Amino acid sequence: MRYAKPNTAAEASALLRQETGITRILAGGTDVMVQLKAGLVEPDLIVDIKHIGGLRDITPEAGGFRIGAAVSGAELGAHAGVVGLWPGVVEGFELIGSTQVQGRATMAGNLCNGSPAADSVPGLVAANAVARICGPSGERDCPIQDIPVAPGRISLAKGEFITSILLPGRPERSGDAYLRFIPRTEMDIAVAAAAVSLTLDKAGKVVAARVVLGAVAPTVKLVGPAADAILGTSLDDAALAALAAACSAACSPIDDKRGTIVFRTEVAGVLAKRAALIAYKRAGGQK
Amino acid sequence: MKTIHVATEVNGDNVEFVCAPDESLLDVLRNRLGLTGVKEGCGTGDCGACSVTLNGRLVCSCLVLGAEVEGATIGTIEGMARADVLHPLQQSFIDHAALQCGICTPGILVAAKALLDKNPDPTDTELRYWLAGNLCRCTGYDKIIHAVQDAAKKMRTV
Repeated sequence: MRYAKPNTAAEASALLRQETGITRILAGGTDVMVQLKAGLVEPDLIVDIKHIGGLRDITPEAGGFRIGAAVSGAELGAHAGVVGLWPGVVEGFELIGSTQVQGRATMAGNLCNGSPAADSVPGLVAANAVARICGPSGERDCPIQDIPVAPGRISLAKGEFITSILLPGRPERSGDAYLRFIPRTEMDIAVAAAAVSLTLDKAGKVVAARVVLGAVAPTVKLVGPAADAILGTSLDDAALAALAAACSAACSPIDDKRGTIVFRTEVAGVLAKRAALIAYKRAGGQK
Repeated sequence: MKTIHVATEVNGDNVEFVCAPDESLLDVLRNRLGLTGVKEGCGTGDCGACSVTLNGRLVCSCLVLGAEVEGATIGTIEGMARADVLHPLQQSFIDHAALQCGICTPGILVAAKALLDKNPDPTDTELRYWLAGNLCRCTGYDKIIHAVQDAAKKMRTV
Protein backbone atom coordinates (compact mmCIF):
# COMPACT_ATOMS: atom_id res chain seq x y z
CA MET A 1 0.00 0.00 0.00
CA ARG A 2 1.15 3.53 -0.80
CA TYR A 3 0.01 6.70 0.97
CA ALA A 4 -0.27 9.98 -0.93
CA LYS A 5 -1.26 13.43 0.31
CA PRO A 6 -1.69 15.66 -2.72
CA ASN A 7 -2.02 19.43 -2.35
CA THR A 8 -4.46 19.98 -5.21
CA ALA A 9 -7.70 18.33 -6.30
CA ALA A 10 -6.36 17.85 -9.84
CA GLU A 11 -3.33 15.99 -8.49
CA ALA A 12 -5.58 13.79 -6.33
CA SER A 13 -7.80 12.98 -9.29
CA ALA A 14 -4.78 12.10 -11.45
CA LEU A 15 -3.40 9.79 -8.75
CA LEU A 16 -6.75 8.01 -8.46
CA ARG A 17 -7.15 7.72 -12.24
CA GLN A 18 -3.62 6.46 -12.92
CA GLU A 19 -3.64 3.78 -10.21
CA THR A 20 -4.45 0.39 -11.77
CA GLY A 21 -5.00 -1.30 -8.40
CA ILE A 22 -7.50 -0.64 -5.61
CA THR A 23 -7.74 2.93 -4.35
CA ARG A 24 -9.34 4.46 -1.28
CA ILE A 25 -9.87 8.11 -0.46
CA LEU A 26 -8.97 9.08 3.09
CA ALA A 27 -10.61 12.04 4.82
CA GLY A 28 -11.81 11.17 8.34
CA GLY A 29 -10.92 7.51 7.90
CA THR A 30 -13.69 6.28 10.18
CA ASP A 31 -14.93 3.81 7.55
CA VAL A 32 -11.73 3.23 5.55
CA MET A 33 -9.64 2.36 8.62
CA VAL A 34 -12.27 -0.11 9.81
CA GLN A 35 -12.31 -1.79 6.37
CA LEU A 36 -8.51 -2.00 6.42
CA LYS A 37 -8.47 -3.50 9.90
CA ALA A 38 -11.16 -6.05 9.02
CA GLY A 39 -9.29 -7.03 5.85
CA LEU A 40 -12.35 -6.14 3.75
CA VAL A 41 -10.13 -4.18 1.41
CA GLU A 42 -6.39 -4.09 0.72
CA PRO A 43 -5.85 -0.84 -1.16
CA ASP A 44 -2.80 -0.31 -3.36
CA LEU A 45 -3.12 3.43 -2.93
CA ILE A 46 -4.62 5.63 -0.22
CA VAL A 47 -5.14 9.26 -1.21
CA ASP A 48 -5.40 11.58 1.81
CA ILE A 49 -7.43 14.59 0.63
CA LYS A 50 -7.07 16.67 3.81
CA HIS A 51 -4.17 18.73 2.44
CA ILE A 52 -6.07 19.99 -0.60
CA GLY A 53 -6.86 23.70 -0.29
CA GLY A 54 -10.38 24.48 0.92
CA LEU A 55 -11.33 20.94 1.85
CA ARG A 56 -11.39 21.73 5.56
CA ASP A 57 -13.29 25.01 5.12
CA ILE A 58 -16.92 26.02 5.64
CA THR A 59 -17.59 28.95 3.29
CA PRO A 60 -20.77 31.05 2.93
CA GLU A 61 -22.11 30.80 -0.64
CA ALA A 62 -25.35 32.06 -2.18
CA GLY A 63 -27.13 32.31 1.15
CA GLY A 64 -26.02 28.81 2.13
CA PHE A 65 -22.75 27.13 2.99
CA ARG A 66 -20.17 25.13 1.07
CA ILE A 67 -18.85 22.38 3.35
CA GLY A 68 -15.40 21.06 2.45
CA ALA A 69 -15.23 17.28 2.06
CA ALA A 70 -12.80 16.94 4.96
CA VAL A 71 -14.81 18.97 7.51
CA SER A 72 -15.45 16.79 10.59
CA GLY A 73 -18.68 16.44 12.54
CA ALA A 74 -17.12 18.28 15.48
CA GLU A 75 -16.23 21.22 13.22
CA LEU A 76 -19.63 21.31 11.54
CA GLY A 77 -21.48 21.11 14.85
CA ALA A 78 -19.48 24.06 16.18
CA HIS A 79 -20.42 26.27 13.21
CA ALA A 80 -23.31 28.46 14.39
CA GLY A 81 -24.23 29.54 10.85
CA VAL A 82 -24.73 26.01 9.52
CA VAL A 83 -26.46 24.84 12.70
CA GLY A 84 -28.83 27.80 12.46
CA LEU A 85 -29.68 27.34 8.78
CA TRP A 86 -29.78 23.53 8.48
CA PRO A 87 -30.25 22.10 12.00
CA GLY A 88 -31.69 18.86 10.63
CA VAL A 89 -28.64 18.17 8.49
CA VAL A 90 -26.31 18.81 11.42
CA GLU A 91 -28.33 16.68 13.87
CA GLY A 92 -28.30 13.76 11.43
CA PHE A 93 -24.55 13.95 10.96
CA GLU A 94 -23.91 14.33 14.70
CA LEU A 95 -25.79 11.11 15.44
CA ILE A 96 -22.98 9.14 13.80
CA GLY A 97 -20.65 7.36 16.20
CA SER A 98 -18.97 8.64 19.33
CA THR A 99 -17.27 11.91 20.24
CA GLN A 100 -14.06 10.33 18.95
CA VAL A 101 -15.64 9.40 15.62
CA GLN A 102 -17.16 12.88 15.32
CA GLY A 103 -13.66 14.30 15.69
CA ARG A 104 -12.79 12.80 12.30
CA ALA A 105 -15.87 11.66 10.38
CA THR A 106 -17.04 13.66 7.35
CA MET A 107 -20.42 14.00 5.59
CA ALA A 108 -18.85 13.32 2.19
CA GLY A 109 -17.34 10.13 3.61
CA ASN A 110 -20.65 9.04 5.10
CA LEU A 111 -22.24 9.59 1.67
CA CYS A 112 -19.50 7.79 -0.28
CA ASN A 113 -19.46 4.80 2.08
CA GLY A 114 -22.80 4.01 0.46
CA SER A 115 -24.65 2.65 3.49
CA PRO A 116 -28.46 2.67 3.09
CA ALA A 117 -28.54 3.65 6.80
CA ALA A 118 -26.10 6.57 6.53
CA ASP A 119 -27.41 9.11 9.03
CA SER A 120 -26.26 12.28 7.25
CA VAL A 121 -27.66 11.41 3.82
CA PRO A 122 -31.47 11.78 4.27
CA GLY A 123 -30.99 15.29 5.69
CA LEU A 124 -28.69 16.25 2.80
CA VAL A 125 -31.21 14.99 0.23
CA ALA A 126 -34.05 16.79 2.02
CA ALA A 127 -31.93 19.95 1.93
CA ASN A 128 -31.47 19.65 -1.85
CA ALA A 129 -27.72 19.63 -1.21
CA VAL A 130 -25.33 19.29 -4.12
CA ALA A 131 -21.95 17.56 -4.17
CA ARG A 132 -19.09 19.11 -6.11
CA ILE A 133 -17.06 16.38 -7.73
CA CYS A 134 -13.54 16.68 -9.08
CA GLY A 135 -12.60 14.23 -11.83
CA PRO A 136 -10.46 13.67 -14.90
CA SER A 137 -12.60 16.04 -16.98
CA GLY A 138 -12.74 18.79 -14.39
CA GLU A 139 -15.44 19.70 -11.90
CA ARG A 140 -19.12 18.78 -11.96
CA ASP A 141 -22.02 19.24 -9.56
CA CYS A 142 -24.32 16.37 -8.67
CA PRO A 143 -27.45 16.29 -6.43
CA ILE A 144 -26.82 14.13 -3.36
CA GLN A 145 -29.68 11.71 -4.18
CA ASP A 146 -27.93 10.71 -7.44
CA ILE A 147 -24.77 9.55 -5.68
CA PRO A 148 -25.79 6.32 -3.88
CA VAL A 149 -26.83 3.60 -6.37
CA ALA A 150 -26.88 0.45 -4.22
CA PRO A 151 -25.65 -0.66 -0.78
CA GLY A 152 -21.92 0.12 -0.77
CA ARG A 153 -21.97 1.49 -4.33
CA ILE A 154 -21.96 5.08 -5.57
CA SER A 155 -22.19 6.72 -8.99
CA LEU A 156 -18.75 8.36 -9.01
CA ALA A 157 -16.43 7.25 -11.85
CA LYS A 158 -12.78 6.28 -11.54
CA GLY A 159 -10.66 9.31 -10.74
CA GLU A 160 -13.61 11.21 -9.27
CA PHE A 161 -14.03 12.29 -5.67
CA ILE A 162 -16.17 14.80 -3.76
CA THR A 163 -14.43 18.04 -2.83
CA SER A 164 -17.37 19.80 -1.14
CA ILE A 165 -21.09 19.73 -0.45
CA LEU A 166 -23.23 22.83 -0.95
CA LEU A 167 -26.04 23.35 1.52
CA PRO A 168 -28.15 25.90 -0.34
CA GLY A 169 -29.71 29.05 1.00
CA ARG A 170 -33.35 28.78 1.97
CA PRO A 171 -36.37 31.07 2.18
CA GLU A 172 -37.65 32.56 5.41
CA ARG A 173 -39.91 30.35 7.51
CA SER A 174 -38.02 27.17 6.64
CA GLY A 175 -37.01 24.32 8.93
CA ASP A 176 -35.66 20.79 8.77
CA ALA A 177 -35.30 17.81 11.10
CA TYR A 178 -33.95 14.26 11.15
CA LEU A 179 -35.01 11.36 13.34
CA ARG A 180 -33.89 7.73 13.40
CA PHE A 181 -34.93 4.69 15.35
CA ILE A 182 -32.25 2.68 17.15
CA PRO A 183 -32.80 0.17 19.96
CA ARG A 184 -30.48 2.10 22.29
CA THR A 185 -29.75 5.76 22.95
CA GLU A 186 -26.37 6.26 21.28
CA MET A 187 -23.70 4.62 19.10
CA ASP A 188 -25.90 2.55 16.81
CA ILE A 189 -27.02 2.26 13.18
CA ALA A 190 -30.45 3.44 12.04
CA VAL A 191 -33.14 0.76 11.75
CA ALA A 192 -35.36 3.33 10.04
CA ALA A 193 -34.93 7.08 9.59
CA ALA A 194 -36.67 10.13 8.19
CA ALA A 195 -35.66 13.66 7.26
CA VAL A 196 -38.10 16.46 6.48
CA SER A 197 -37.36 19.94 5.16
CA LEU A 198 -40.18 22.41 4.67
CA THR A 199 -41.04 26.04 4.07
CA LEU A 200 -44.17 27.77 5.37
CA ASP A 201 -46.14 30.76 4.19
CA LYS A 202 -47.16 33.57 6.56
CA ALA A 203 -50.32 31.70 7.52
CA GLY A 204 -48.31 28.63 8.56
CA LYS A 205 -49.24 26.49 5.55
CA VAL A 206 -46.56 24.30 3.97
CA VAL A 207 -45.56 25.73 0.59
CA ALA A 208 -42.53 23.52 -0.10
CA ALA A 209 -41.48 20.18 1.37
CA ARG A 210 -39.02 17.36 0.86
CA VAL A 211 -39.45 14.09 2.73
CA VAL A 212 -36.64 11.54 2.68
CA LEU A 213 -36.32 8.08 4.25
CA GLY A 214 -33.19 6.19 5.30
CA ALA A 215 -32.52 2.51 6.07
CA VAL A 216 -35.78 1.29 4.50
CA ALA A 217 -34.58 0.75 0.90
CA PRO A 218 -31.31 -0.09 -0.90
CA THR A 219 -30.57 3.63 -1.08
CA VAL A 220 -31.87 6.80 0.51
CA LYS A 221 -35.44 7.44 -0.68
CA LEU A 222 -36.91 10.82 -1.66
CA VAL A 223 -40.68 10.36 -1.28
CA GLY A 224 -42.55 12.79 -3.54
CA PRO A 225 -46.07 11.65 -2.53
CA ALA A 226 -45.18 12.22 1.14
CA ALA A 227 -44.24 15.82 0.41
CA ASP A 228 -47.44 16.24 -1.64
CA ALA A 229 -49.45 14.98 1.34
CA ILE A 230 -48.46 17.96 3.48
CA LEU A 231 -48.34 20.72 0.86
CA GLY A 232 -50.96 23.39 1.52
CA THR A 233 -51.65 22.07 5.02
CA SER A 234 -50.73 23.19 8.53
CA LEU A 235 -49.80 19.59 9.42
CA ASP A 236 -53.25 18.73 10.71
CA ASP A 237 -53.85 15.12 11.76
CA ALA A 238 -55.20 14.08 8.36
CA ALA A 239 -52.17 15.51 6.55
CA LEU A 240 -49.82 13.80 8.98
CA ALA A 241 -51.64 10.49 8.55
CA ALA A 242 -51.37 10.85 4.75
CA LEU A 243 -47.67 11.69 5.11
CA ALA A 244 -47.04 8.57 7.21
CA ALA A 245 -49.01 6.38 4.81
CA ALA A 246 -47.07 7.71 1.80
CA CYS A 247 -43.78 7.04 3.59
CA SER A 248 -44.74 3.50 4.58
CA ALA A 249 -45.87 2.83 0.99
CA ALA A 250 -42.44 3.91 -0.28
CA CYS A 251 -40.50 1.48 1.95
CA SER A 252 -38.80 -1.63 0.56
CA PRO A 253 -36.68 -2.63 3.55
CA ILE A 254 -34.82 -5.81 4.42
CA ASP A 255 -35.69 -8.18 7.25
CA ASP A 256 -32.79 -8.66 9.62
CA LYS A 257 -31.96 -9.06 13.30
CA ARG A 258 -32.10 -5.29 13.75
CA GLY A 259 -35.63 -4.82 12.43
CA THR A 260 -38.31 -6.63 10.48
CA ILE A 261 -39.87 -5.42 7.24
CA VAL A 262 -43.18 -4.78 9.04
CA PHE A 263 -41.51 -2.82 11.84
CA ARG A 264 -39.33 -0.70 9.56
CA THR A 265 -42.26 0.10 7.27
CA GLU A 266 -44.44 1.25 10.15
CA VAL A 267 -41.72 3.16 12.00
CA ALA A 268 -40.57 5.06 8.90
CA GLY A 269 -44.02 6.68 8.70
CA VAL A 270 -44.07 7.50 12.41
CA LEU A 271 -40.60 9.07 12.26
CA ALA A 272 -41.57 11.14 9.21
CA LYS A 273 -44.59 12.51 11.09
CA ARG A 274 -42.51 13.44 14.12
CA ALA A 275 -39.70 14.93 12.01
CA ALA A 276 -42.26 16.98 10.07
CA LEU A 277 -43.61 18.42 13.33
CA ILE A 278 -40.11 19.36 14.51
CA ALA A 279 -39.29 20.94 11.13
CA TYR A 280 -42.61 22.81 11.26
CA LYS A 281 -41.79 24.25 14.67
CA ARG A 282 -38.28 25.21 13.55
CA ALA A 283 -39.82 27.00 10.56
CA GLY A 284 -41.80 29.11 13.03
CA GLY A 285 -45.09 27.28 12.67
CA GLN A 286 -47.44 27.27 15.69
CA LYS A 287 -49.17 24.05 16.69
CA MET B 1 6.19 -1.65 1.45
CA LYS B 2 7.89 1.74 1.46
CA THR B 3 8.22 3.25 4.91
CA ILE B 4 7.29 6.85 5.63
CA HIS B 5 9.21 9.31 7.78
CA VAL B 6 7.00 11.43 10.02
CA ALA B 7 7.84 14.36 12.32
CA THR B 8 5.20 15.26 14.89
CA GLU B 9 4.69 16.49 18.45
CA VAL B 10 3.60 14.14 21.22
CA ASN B 11 2.86 15.46 24.72
CA GLY B 12 4.89 18.58 23.98
CA ASP B 13 7.96 16.75 22.70
CA ASN B 14 9.13 16.78 19.09
CA VAL B 15 9.17 13.21 17.87
CA GLU B 16 10.21 11.51 14.65
CA PHE B 17 9.38 8.00 13.53
CA VAL B 18 9.23 5.79 10.48
CA CYS B 19 6.14 3.73 9.81
CA ALA B 20 4.50 1.56 7.18
CA PRO B 21 1.82 3.31 5.07
CA ASP B 22 -0.94 1.14 6.54
CA GLU B 23 0.22 1.41 10.16
CA SER B 24 -2.25 3.03 12.57
CA LEU B 25 -1.32 5.86 14.90
CA LEU B 26 -2.21 3.48 17.73
CA ASP B 27 0.46 0.99 16.61
CA VAL B 28 2.98 3.80 16.10
CA LEU B 29 2.38 5.18 19.61
CA ARG B 30 2.62 1.79 21.28
CA ASN B 31 5.21 -0.06 19.22
CA ARG B 32 7.48 2.65 17.89
CA LEU B 33 7.25 5.36 20.56
CA GLY B 34 6.74 3.12 23.61
CA LEU B 35 3.61 4.96 24.74
CA THR B 36 1.77 1.86 25.93
CA GLY B 37 -0.73 3.80 28.01
CA VAL B 38 -2.68 4.01 24.76
CA LYS B 39 -4.61 0.72 24.71
CA GLU B 40 -5.96 -1.37 21.87
CA GLY B 41 -9.43 -2.67 22.60
CA CYS B 42 -11.39 -3.23 19.41
CA GLY B 43 -9.14 -1.58 16.82
CA THR B 44 -12.23 -0.40 14.94
CA GLY B 45 -13.26 2.81 16.72
CA ASP B 46 -15.97 1.30 18.91
CA CYS B 47 -14.40 1.13 22.38
CA GLY B 48 -12.36 4.32 22.84
CA ALA B 49 -9.48 2.64 24.71
CA CYS B 50 -7.04 4.18 22.22
CA SER B 51 -8.38 7.75 22.64
CA VAL B 52 -5.85 10.52 22.13
CA THR B 53 -6.12 14.16 21.14
CA LEU B 54 -5.02 15.07 17.61
CA ASN B 55 -4.62 18.82 17.08
CA GLY B 56 -6.85 19.29 20.12
CA ARG B 57 -9.64 16.97 18.91
CA LEU B 58 -10.51 13.73 20.67
CA VAL B 59 -10.03 10.82 18.24
CA CYS B 60 -9.52 7.06 18.25
CA SER B 61 -5.87 6.53 17.36
CA CYS B 62 -6.80 3.18 15.77
CA LEU B 63 -8.74 5.13 13.11
CA VAL B 64 -5.79 7.36 12.20
CA LEU B 65 -2.83 6.40 10.03
CA GLY B 66 0.61 7.13 11.48
CA ALA B 67 1.45 8.73 8.14
CA GLU B 68 -1.31 11.30 8.66
CA VAL B 69 0.17 13.00 11.72
CA GLU B 70 3.07 14.84 10.06
CA GLY B 71 3.23 18.26 11.73
CA ALA B 72 0.38 17.44 14.12
CA THR B 73 0.08 17.86 17.89
CA ILE B 74 -0.84 14.68 19.77
CA GLY B 75 -1.80 14.25 23.41
CA THR B 76 -1.82 10.87 25.21
CA ILE B 77 -2.37 9.72 28.78
CA GLU B 78 1.41 9.88 29.32
CA GLY B 79 1.16 13.68 29.04
CA MET B 80 -1.48 14.09 31.74
CA ALA B 81 0.43 13.97 35.01
CA ARG B 82 2.94 16.71 35.82
CA ALA B 83 6.07 14.79 36.87
CA ASP B 84 5.05 12.98 40.08
CA VAL B 85 1.81 14.89 40.52
CA LEU B 86 -1.25 13.17 39.09
CA HIS B 87 -3.82 15.14 37.16
CA PRO B 88 -6.95 15.76 39.30
CA LEU B 89 -8.87 13.34 37.07
CA GLN B 90 -6.32 10.60 37.64
CA GLN B 91 -6.36 11.17 41.41
CA SER B 92 -10.14 11.20 41.41
CA PHE B 93 -10.33 7.84 39.60
CA ILE B 94 -8.15 6.35 42.35
CA ASP B 95 -10.14 8.03 45.14
CA HIS B 96 -13.46 6.82 43.71
CA ALA B 97 -12.16 3.38 42.70
CA ALA B 98 -13.44 4.16 39.24
CA LEU B 99 -11.49 1.35 37.64
CA GLN B 100 -10.95 -2.36 37.93
CA CYS B 101 -8.88 -3.88 35.14
CA GLY B 102 -7.85 -0.45 33.89
CA ILE B 103 -7.75 -1.12 30.15
CA CYS B 104 -10.38 1.52 29.39
CA THR B 105 -9.06 4.01 31.95
CA PRO B 106 -6.39 5.89 29.94
CA GLY B 107 -8.87 6.48 27.12
CA ILE B 108 -11.57 7.63 29.52
CA LEU B 109 -9.17 10.02 31.27
CA VAL B 110 -8.04 11.54 27.97
CA ALA B 111 -11.67 11.83 26.82
CA ALA B 112 -12.87 13.33 30.12
CA LYS B 113 -10.05 15.88 30.10
CA ALA B 114 -10.95 16.87 26.53
CA LEU B 115 -14.52 17.58 27.70
CA LEU B 116 -13.51 19.49 30.84
CA ASP B 117 -11.07 21.61 28.81
CA LYS B 118 -13.99 23.01 26.83
CA ASN B 119 -16.80 22.58 29.35
CA PRO B 120 -15.59 22.73 32.98
CA ASP B 121 -19.08 22.12 34.38
CA PRO B 122 -20.88 19.45 32.33
CA THR B 123 -24.16 17.89 33.39
CA ASP B 124 -24.19 14.14 34.00
CA THR B 125 -26.09 13.72 30.73
CA GLU B 126 -23.54 15.73 28.75
CA LEU B 127 -20.78 13.70 30.35
CA ARG B 128 -22.45 10.36 29.62
CA TYR B 129 -23.04 11.26 25.95
CA TRP B 130 -19.48 12.55 25.63
CA LEU B 131 -18.11 9.28 27.04
CA ALA B 132 -20.53 7.04 25.11
CA GLY B 133 -17.63 5.98 22.89
CA ASN B 134 -15.54 4.80 25.84
CA LEU B 135 -16.61 1.31 26.83
CA CYS B 136 -15.89 -0.14 30.27
CA ARG B 137 -16.74 -3.78 30.80
CA CYS B 138 -16.03 -4.15 34.51
CA THR B 139 -16.54 -1.10 36.74
CA GLY B 140 -19.88 0.11 35.59
CA TYR B 141 -20.20 3.71 34.59
CA ASP B 142 -21.56 5.35 37.76
CA LYS B 143 -18.21 5.45 39.54
CA ILE B 144 -16.59 6.89 36.43
CA ILE B 145 -19.20 9.64 36.23
CA HIS B 146 -18.83 10.42 39.95
CA ALA B 147 -15.03 10.51 39.65
CA VAL B 148 -15.11 12.90 36.68
CA GLN B 149 -17.68 15.18 38.31
CA ASP B 150 -15.69 15.29 41.56
CA ALA B 151 -12.51 16.13 39.66
CA ALA B 152 -14.36 18.77 37.64
CA LYS B 153 -15.59 20.33 40.88
CA LYS B 154 -12.06 20.42 42.32
CA MET B 155 -10.66 21.80 39.07
CA ARG B 156 -13.23 24.61 39.10
CA THR B 157 -12.22 25.72 42.58
CA VAL B 158 -8.47 26.02 41.97
